[in-house]
Amino acid sequence: MPITHEYQSASPVKAPVEHRFSPYTDNGGTALAVAGEDFCVVAGDTRQSEGYHINSRYQPKVFQLSNGSVLATGGMYADAVTLVKRLEQRLEWYYHQHEKKMSVDALAQMLSVILYHKRFFPYYVWNTLGGIDGNGKGCVFSYDPVGNYEKHHWNCTGSAGHLIQPFLDNQIGFKHMQGIQRRFLTPEEVVRIVKDSFTSATERDIYTGDYVEIFIVTAGGIDVQRVPLKRD
Amino acid sequence: MEYNGSAIIAMKGKNCVAIAADRRFGVQALTLSTDFKKVFQMNERVFIGLPGLATDVQTLYERFRFKTNMYKLREEREITPSTFARMVSSTLYEKRFGPYFCEPVIAGLEKDGTPYICTMDLLGCITTPADFVVSGTASNQMYGMAESLWEPDLEPEELFETISQSLLNAVDRDAISGWGAVVHVITPERILTRTLKGRMD
Repeated sequence: MPITHEYQSASPVKAPVEHRFSPYTDNGGTALAVAGEDFCVVAGDTRQSEGYHINSRYQPKVFQLSNGSVLATGGMYADAVTLVKRLEQRLEWYYHQHEKKMSVDALAQMLSVILYHKRFFPYYVWNTLGGIDGNGKGCVFSYDPVGNYEKHHWNCTGSAGHLIQPFLDNQIGFKHMQGIQRRFLTPEEVVRIVKDSFTSATERDIYTGDYVEIFIVTAGGIDVQRVPLKRD
Repeated sequence: MEYNGSAIIAMKGKNCVAIAADRRFGVQALTLSTDFKKVFQMNERVFIGLPGLATDVQTLYERFRFKTNMYKLREEREITPSTFARMVSSTLYEKRFGPYFCEPVIAGLEKDGTPYICTMDLLGCITTPADFVVSGTASNQMYGMAESLWEPDLEPEELFETISQSLLNAVDRDAISGWGAVVHVITPERILTRTLKGRMD
């Protein structure tokens, strides 16, 4: 009596049944951050998708951390949640050991180290960290999944990153503008540009939409705005 | 399509249209020249931009030049942009199973002066949006720029600024297009052509 249940097909050529599991998925979404003179704006849309399916219209992937900085994530949401949990734990330990909150620059370096510790099974997350540095200046750091990071004045990552980044170069960095005075923008101006960026990206990117959550980080605290985007 | 690199964009304005392209010719990451022509004037009111494989760009231009010349001799009139688009489309579809690697952009004014823009895929499937079209390796970047900057009923000079900013900022975020740009604004009275210097790196 031949054993048949180990084989997938009834054809004469027998092949063993293979079981595959992929540990990664891309949940889409877009995040950006802009450093001002004494403030920082971090924003991200709240749609969570998987392929053509929308899991949730409001599942925020921008996280306010206990040291007063804001972390925007993109890529795989499950990994992002795990990463934020670890970061929060490390921030708490630091606070109790040193009796002060961790600076944003220190957190930036620590995040890089945490990501690189998983160099050969990475957290599938593209991070953007925004906050106020030790000198009271706004700062933005962006990361790849293995911890390579860089300090920016403005940055956009995620599914609509390619669409928004040149617009920020133009409107925040005054690129290709002649005969104008380069200056730091006010928080109100930055928020207006962020809203425009997301409404435009929503028109063309199917993974961006529903709401954009905007965190305005100042020395006085963090203000959060939620703006509706198109839901199609 | 990514072998040579290119960026082309066209926009509608109030009684005018604009078309713009970068000027790079390169092979993958190696830039070979910075004065390559990818936008061609077919007549007083019709322009075509040909992004894609550079050899096909030049072959296609020669074929369209031949076809529009024959059209003019037979019909004793100039071809309109919408008719020209149909001609381009069927020229591409003729090569359905061995296509030209090019996604053309057409901009022009119809006989009555209404603005016309369109783009098509490499097989000749036409789309005619009401606002702007983009094509080439920097298309994502151009979509983001144009979606934010464009508004209806721009005058020729405003349209020039909008299309130039859209193109220049887009190509700076694409490694294989850029190195200067050329912009044409077509109005019923005249054609405005400007060559722009961008980031040369």
